[in-house]
Amino acid sequence: MMARLMPLAAQDRALILCGGLLAIGLALLPAVASALVVDKLTLLFIYVMLAVMWNLMAGYAGLVSVGQQAFVGLGGYAMVRLVEAGMPPFPAILAGAVLVAGVAWLLSGFVLRMKAGEFAIATWVLAEVIRSLVSFDPLIQGETGTSVLALNAIDPDLRRTTIYLMALGVMVVMLAGTWRLLAGRLGAECQAIRDDEEAAASVGVSTMRVKRQVYIIASVGCAVAGALWLASAITFQPRTAFGVQWSVFMLFMVLVGGFGSFTGPILGAVLFFALQEVFGDFGAWYLAGLGVVAILFALYLPRGLVGLWQDRGRDEPLSIRKRLAAPGDQV
Amino acid sequence: MLDPILQGILLGGYYALLAAGLSLMFGVVRFINLAHGDMAVLGALIALAMVGGGVPVWAAILLTVPVMAAAGWAMQALIFERALRGGFLIPILTTIGLGAALQNGMFGIFGSDTQSLGAHIGSLSWSGFTLPGGIVLGKLPVYTFLVAVAVLGGLHLMLTRSAMGRALRATAADPEAAAMCGIDARRVRLQAAALAVALAGLAGIFLAMRSQVTPYSGPMQLIFAFEAVVIGGLGNLWGTLIGGMILGVAQTLGGTISAQFSVLAGHLVFLIVLGWRLFGAYPAAKGDWRALMRAVLFPARKEKT
Repeated sequence: MMARLMPLAAQDRALILCGGLLAIGLALLPAVASALVVDKLTLLFIYVMLAVMWNLMAGYAGLVSVGQQAFVGLGGYAMVRLVEAGMPPFPAILAGAVLVAGVAWLLSGFVLRMKAGEFAIATWVLAEVIRSLVSFDPLIQGETGTSVLALNAIDPDLRRTTIYLMALGVMVVMLAGTWRLLAGRLGAECQAIRDDEEAAASVGVSTMRVKRQVYIIASVGCAVAGALWLASAITFQPRTAFGVQWSVFMLFMVLVGGFGSFTGPILGAVLFFALQEVFGDFGAWYLAGLGVVAILFALYLPRGLVGLWQDRGRDEPLSIRKRLAAPGDQV
Repeated sequence: MLDPILQGILLGGYYALLAAGLSLMFGVVRFINLAHGDMAVLGALIALAMVGGGVPVWAAILLTVPVMAAAGWAMQALIFERALRGGFLIPILTTIGLGAALQNGMFGIFGSDTQSLGAHIGSLSWSGFTLPGGIVLGKLPVYTFLVAVAVLGGLHLMLTRSAMGRALRATAADPEAAAMCGIDARRVRLQAAALAVALAGLAGIFLAMRSQVTPYSGPMQLIFAFEAVVIGGLGNLWGTLIGGMILGVAQTLGGTISAQFSVLAGHLVFLIVLGWRLFGAYPAAKGDWRALMRAVLFPARKEKT
């Protein structure tokens, strides 16, 4: 008898359905919600994108980067340059990401050969190098930065709603896309590499190809998130756009939510967003608190909040783990 | 040309001092402490707070170093010992979190003012030695360099001659075999962490003497330390000194072009050295530079052997 896989659990199907309904509801929201709510939710969507992309790299493929801000910043910079060249701002957000894919492709052959610790810091150094090079651009005016003035020409309400809907759309595409990828062959290959790269290579996983795909996908994702963030913030400053704080935030969201799980980063992003709303006014002490929380999670709950489910011997919601059906199971 | 090279070599002394702790920690405790730069800044700010409270500078240095050693011991005991059980991932995450906590905590405690010890060390901060040929070497960089060489020399002697050094080296080489020979690996790791953080604190004080320090200066210092370690070769103290000098020379030479180019030049030298480590064997083994380009651009492609 052929071994068969258990189908998606009923709860998971219900959850996907709820997620879909939520997305539709969110898409209709700008018709009724205030400008403030729309802006805040846009930020939340951007956090979700960043967390999901970082988790794809670090949680699934074991590529712990402290340098993804390179792509957050480059996404914004590409947008600035394309708008300067005459492209309308909204298409420039997506077109910029394609350019960033090229940069990620060029860098990947270099950085992906490094060992874990080297990779973490070398990606950070590369982000610094890219930041310096970008601030040499006369358009950026060094530390001063520049503004995407073309965005100011658009009616504020229209602009806000467009950015919101783009962010929502991109986030949904990213979630669905990573789900497809991870549930398929790439997901299995990634996790094999994360757990033991040499063993994965020995059973025929083309480790470099897989890591490269993941690295490029995650970089493009960060670039879109960065461009959307710039579109809502309008001002591009190299220190902010390429700041290492992006990596710290991504790490925090993924670590707290649950490393290497599908729902973890979403949960982490929502929690991070909520914490920022409640405690953000405390400034430095709030950020110090985030650091302490990150340490506590890393030490005592390394699988994050989702790990609490797993500890009870169950799969977390929307687990991509495959289970074989026993002969008696209804398939 | 000679002037910036000499200045760069002296600057390298500071980088070597900063990197020695990072290298020691990596060798013995087996992880890269991403909060190392923040610990240097912590040392600097503690010394600055003491000096601000009326303590003479030399006393502040003598007090700060043991305080930092105790902090290193405590961090190892409370945080890193547990983090080490989680493979390579957890130490990276923990030390990033620690870095964020330290930077922002220091900002909360010490405030955002940029501070410097330069105002408290009198003529040392500006006077120099004039060499034949009119090159002026600042007294502070010269003394920093001499202290760095002395500290690295002392560390070298300690590692090669003392029982504690033997235990450290044995644990670095093979922790399990060392444990079988009766070495308490936990104690050795605690000693290494205390030493590493004390060195970071000392380096931080020198940083505060020669420039301004803010609570957020740490990450850049970590990058410099890491660059010095990688350029010089991991786990080699004198290599770290050479690496620091190369980094320093790259920065001062870059600085002759423009101020912004200084740090960038250091990064580029680091990336070139790292690239050489990763790919240096390629042109020789596979023919020519085109093979190297293929290896970088199409790494997944099957290579003819």
